[in-house]
Amino acid sequence: MARTVIPFGPQHPVLPEPIHLSLVVEDEKVVEALPTLGYVHRGLELLACKRDYNQMIQIVERVCGICSMIHSLCYCQGIEEMMGLEVPRRARMLRTVWSELHRMHSHLLWLGLFADSFGFEALFMQLWKIRERIMDLNEATTGNRVIVSVNVVGGVRADLDEGQIRWIKDTLVEVEADLKKLQSTIMNDSTVCRRTKGIGVLTKQAAYELGAAGPMLRGSGVAQDMRQLKYAGFDEIAFEPISEPDGDCWARSTVRWRETLQSIDLVRQALDRLDGTDLTVKVKGKPEGEVITRVEQPRGECLYYIKGNGDKFLERVRIRTPTFANIPPLAAILPGLDFADVPVVVLSIDPCISCTER
Amino acid sequence: MSFLKTSQIKSPWLMHFDCGSCNGCDIETLACLTPVYDVERFGIINVGNPRHADVLVVTGTVNPRNAEILKNIYSQMPDPKLVIAVGACGCSGGVFREAPNVLGGVDKVIPVDVYVPGCPAKPEAIMDAVVTGLGKLKGILEAS
Ligand code: SF4
Repeated sequence: MARTVIPFGPQHPVLPEPIHLSLVVEDEKVVEALPTLGYVHRGLELLACKRDYNQMIQIVERVCGICSMIHSLCYCQGIEEMMGLEVPRRARMLRTVWSELHRMHSHLLWLGLFADSFGFEALFMQLWKIRERIMDLNEATTGNRVIVSVNVVGGVRADLDEGQIRWIKDTLVEVEADLKKLQSTIMNDSTVCRRTKGIGVLTKQAAYELGAAGPMLRGSGVAQDMRQLKYAGFDEIAFEPISEPDGDCWARSTVRWRETLQSIDLVRQALDRLDGTDLTVKVKGKPEGEVITRVEQPRGECLYYIKGNGDKFLERVRIRTPTFANIPPLAAILPGLDFADVPVVVLSIDPCISCTER
Repeated sequence: MSFLKTSQIKSPWLMHFDCGSCNGCDIETLACLTPVYDVERFGIINVGNPRHADVLVVTGTVNPRNAEILKNIYSQMPDPKLVIAVGACGCSGGVFREAPNVLGGVDKVIPVDVYVPGCPAKPEAIMDAVVTGLGKLKGILEAS
């Protein structure tokens, strides 16, 4: 059978974002996949020379809207480390609360899109309906649904009062109950399992060698999570990374599913540890030196390299995002798949193209 | 008005194209389709093919690479068509206005009918924009 090249993207119904894959197919089997990037490239790392280090927070938040809070958290941690600032405990716990709320809404968003990718629209709608509860929490506590903009250098700009804490806890109880009702559908439903089990298998060895990150890595049995570095409030919170041994699409979605439930627990733990009143420390001086910081985003490890030279403008901000790390493993698992499985497998890495290309 | 024209206003088909946005506006556009906002109750459905679409919702800034794709998609849509630019990025380039690889808002490349401000624009605002745009579409159809 002759080879055919089928373009997948940049505008494709299952992809919310533009990425282009040239799929070389033989009959119905994919033999090669060549990604082309660059449709979302904005060059925002270079804005560091036009915006000072405080204004850069607004820029890095918009690297990716879905995990904006975690991007700015990583950036602020870097600047704080450079300037030797000790962030108050309440601020660290609040950062944990919002970053875990972000992880929950991101994972629910992804699980919905994933269900949509194999045509399970009812599940998509259910998951997004639950997700709106989390968006309400974000909006009511910070003023915006998606880009919450709570981090500042040296702390956070918003606080939670007693009423809000109680309301968050009550909402999470309901969210957890709603999610539990969907658990058996996501994990055991026969149609879901047939589209995901044994599809797009990435072995533990390959995941490690190709440098996979986040749920892609943990779905292949490597229990590695940047939250083990104990940033923000994770030094006091009990946390165990979640992993699944199978390495297929089912394992990746199960990891994300279990992490969503775990995040509810982490938010509760962080809310219980809110004490003190200080939200920020006083910032003196200008950032100078070099620093590398890492955090765990919903999609995996995110790394910031920041270089300052004692000026209010930073010399360099370099961002390495998880999806970038997950593209080589994706290119490795696509060959040999049926053409109809391609959307499912592409989505299973949770591609975030705006992160990747910035 | 003919049957076809009436149904185009009563049940517009919408296509979303992400043109270099940060995803913030994308997920808000998608949220419009889900149960809490549910634009389908207005007869609006989301389609993946520009040849079926009456309304093009564009989020994000334009860069030299995706400008070509955007023009291509726009030219494939049948007339009369509406373009809605969502978010500060789509309107003017937003925070990325001065970034090296950004040309500016969507109107640098294709004509825009409705601008939705906000970073990100809220789902309510996006739905309002579609309804406002339909008023304009009605005017065009009645004149033709
Ligand atoms: S307007 Fe704001 S939220 Fe929307 S794409 Fe641009 S930066 Fe992102």
